[in-house]
Amino acid sequence: MSQTHIVMQAKGLVKRYGQVVALDGVDFELRAGEILAVIGDNGAGKSSLIKALSGATIPDEGEILLDGKPIHFKSPIDARRAGIETVYQDLAVAPAMTIAENLFLGRELRRPGFLGTVLRMLDKKKMLAESVTRMNDLKVGIRSMTQAVETLSGGQRQCVAVSRAAAFAQHVVIMDEPTAALGVKESNMVLELIRRVRDRGLPVILISHNMPHVFEIADRVHIARLGKRAAVVDPKKISMSDAVAVMTGAKSVAELPAEALA
Amino acid sequence: MRLNAFLTLSVVLMGGAAAAADQPVIGLITKTETNPFFVKMKEGATEAAKARGAKLLSGSGKADGDNAGQVTALENMIAAGAKTILITPNDSKAIVPAIKKARDKGVLVIALDSPTDPVDGVDALFATDNYKAGELIGQYAKAALAGKPAKIVTLDLFPGHPVGAQRHNGFMKGFGLAAPDAKSNELGKSAEVVCMADSFGDQAKGQTAMENCLQKNPDVNLVYTINEPAAAGAYKALKAAGKDKGVTIVSVDGGCQGIKDVGAGVIAATSQQYPLKMAAMGVEAGVEYAKSGKKASGYTDTGVTLIAGKALPGVDSKDVKTGTQLCWGKK
Amino acid sequence: MNTWKDKLPPLGTLGPFLALLAACAFFASQNSRFLTGANFSLILQQVMVVGVIAIGQTLIILTAGIDLSCGMVMALGGIVMTKFSTELGLPAPLAILCGLAATTLFGLVNGLLVTRIKLPPFIVTLGTLNIAFAITQLYSNSQTVTEVPDSLTLLGNTFELGGSAVSYGVVLMLVLYFVAWFGLRETASGRHVYAVGNNPEATRLTGIATHRVLLGVYVLAGLFYGIASLLSVARTGVGDPNAGQTENLDAITAVVLGGTSLFGGRGIILGSLVGAMIVGVFRNGLTLMGVSSIYQVLVTGVLVILAVAADQLSRKGGR
Repeated sequence: MSQTHIVMQAKGLVKRYGQVVALDGVDFELRAGEILAVIGDNGAGKSSLIKALSGATIPDEGEILLDGKPIHFKSPIDARRAGIETVYQDLAVAPAMTIAENLFLGRELRRPGFLGTVLRMLDKKKMLAESVTRMNDLKVGIRSMTQAVETLSGGQRQCVAVSRAAAFAQHVVIMDEPTAALGVKESNMVLELIRRVRDRGLPVILISHNMPHVFEIADRVHIARLGKRAAVVDPKKISMSDAVAVMTGAKSVAELPAEALA
Repeated sequence: MRLNAFLTLSVVLMGGAAAAADQPVIGLITKTETNPFFVKMKEGATEAAKARGAKLLSGSGKADGDNAGQVTALENMIAAGAKTILITPNDSKAIVPAIKKARDKGVLVIALDSPTDPVDGVDALFATDNYKAGELIGQYAKAALAGKPAKIVTLDLFPGHPVGAQRHNGFMKGFGLAAPDAKSNELGKSAEVVCMADSFGDQAKGQTAMENCLQKNPDVNLVYTINEPAAAGAYKALKAAGKDKGVTIVSVDGGCQGIKDVGAGVIAATSQQYPLKMAAMGVEAGVEYAKSGKKASGYTDTGVTLIAGKALPGVDSKDVKTGTQLCWGKK
Repeated sequence: MNTWKDKLPPLGTLGPFLALLAACAFFASQNSRFLTGANFSLILQQVMVVGVIAIGQTLIILTAGIDLSCGMVMALGGIVMTKFSTELGLPAPLAILCGLAATTLFGLVNGLLVTRIKLPPFIVTLGTLNIAFAITQLYSNSQTVTEVPDSLTLLGNTFELGGSAVSYGVVLMLVLYFVAWFGLRETASGRHVYAVGNNPEATRLTGIATHRVLLGVYVLAGLFYGIASLLSVARTGVGDPNAGQTENLDAITAVVLGGTSLFGGRGIILGSLVGAMIVGVFRNGLTLMGVSSIYQVLVTGVLVILAVAADQLSRKGGR
């Protein structure tokens, strides 16, 4: 196995909600330049894991390392500041506002000089140009950045949300069910985009229930079960049904061939 | 619902305490809480009650025209032991059934300031004749114009209100124009009345109404106003248009601020009413009923006086000094 | 690909302006005195109080909130200014500042109840509406404050412009509209107001402090109500404790007629000025025609429904 740089790592995370133990000492590892899919049945702890990594919840025990350095996020904003961007399941866009405005929401650019500092005027031209550049980089084919987001199709909106995350992320992009509710053609468009994000050097953590999509683009698959990491597998070396079996507990990890693990 | 119960309970307790002390309990229900006319009425009633050792309960509708609020107040006060109710009805027809229920229980009900419809829906009426109030200022206005052809603007209350109609129509009759009689709720029209607008008895709206009427007919020379705040608004509009000198403004009410305006030449003449007198008479009647069981009855005119800055021949009026002595409000 | 139709603002925003033009054209045909500089200056003066209140109300409605207390808070401001000046003898600028402080304080209370205690704006402002009204009546003893010094009513004065008298208060209103328009369109804080109204959860997730945006909007609105009370005092020359009772709904009507959506996140501030103008134009025009004021009320009701319907339809068509 070649030494690959580990971008993000978690060791022994524990999270309890009252009597329920959502995370039971789970480990996690994200390598540079990869798409890591996180799969698991309901209650396996995958959303709690993602929440801990994105700063939405604070784990009770364990540690998280980013680029080897321990981090303590108190809120999603802290995670963002550390260079981790999350694409939420409901996209978190303001439908009535334009694509360019949504891209820069909360991170608006101001005009230089007096107009920007005293009058606090926005540099709309620059934001528009930047939006065009970023979307072109990622080969997202939307005609005009001044369209309102609500005029876009579901797949196009997902692309906008993904591009926004990719534009501002420095270390990691997390995506929660990006192809849920999308048709075949639109899903392919989004999956292509996710590949391009990875190819430009940003590792991606992907949560999905959609096995075919997972097996299509993931480099490795983290299988969550009962609040722990059951296994990390190579989708090219394991069948979908075997992966699902490990996920549901029908098969134990020991029963897998060694080459399936990654 | 809970608030209503709480209010009932508190009124009952207060009234109960009064009944225990064998005090006459009198309820006063005004149209609204905030119109200075009714504020004065309440003050007058409170003073009279204190002087005669009676207990006064007070309530009102939420706004001009709110009948339901007055019905609720009526029911609460009777539950609290009031044996006499004084009321200025918001809706002269709609309040009658509730009053009948009260009278059936042996409660003396007296209407103040405005009559019920029918008039014998109450035991007695102590009121100003609003029609007469209008007639007096109409007569004065006619004399003031001294034969010049009249171009009249009327700033009324709002459509359908009996007091607004009576004052308006009375004014027209007093001026010498054909007008509906005192029973009508319709605002009379005529060729001399070039613009009619609604002021809602409010100064700012009166100003807007006058401004718009001036735009329609810049050459008005007489303005009838429903009350003195509307008149103040009309004056402001006229002054801004440079027309204040050539236009006569007449009004009704006789509040102290209005009398001041007469003295300042803003209002030429106003018909003064006596809310304090109405209230005092009402309390008196309530005490008498509690003591001797004798019910007041019939219509008692509490009087209306024409107060004018300048006396004119052929029209009987009192001067500003008299008006100030008799006025209601902050002196 | 972009036809000229795409470049036009949506029907929801252009509609009110067209309605205003249509109304003006109609009334001009009915009375030659309607279309004069003097008449329009008058209409602007008649709507300037509601116009300024509507600025604050627009900000709040853009965040999907509503403020039912605006008129009563304005009345309170007027009473504070005039009583502090006539009874306490404060110089006009100080009395005005106290009035503004009172209304801004109410805005702060509204904002805190909405953001901290998380009560719905409708309920909160329903409560503060009654509280403001009661305080105004108690403090003024239900009496109008008269003999207000000229220094307080300066904004009611006029100057000559092209043969008509223009009121300083109207100029102030127009300046305030420009400032609000600029802030909402060109600054990040302005865009955040729209974002919070359009999708508060999304806005929060992008790192914007939504409760600070909301609080700011309510406080700012309170300040605008205070300025409106100064304009009201300047126009009438008195402090009237019963002022503002119809302005509550009039301001909301102006905002709705102007095309701002009650669901938040959509609308332009200048639309509220157009909305206020529409009401003023109808009132003035119908009086010039000699039509009873009851019809004004009827027309306003019909226009409100048309305005909301036009906005809804234009949005559905746009998809």
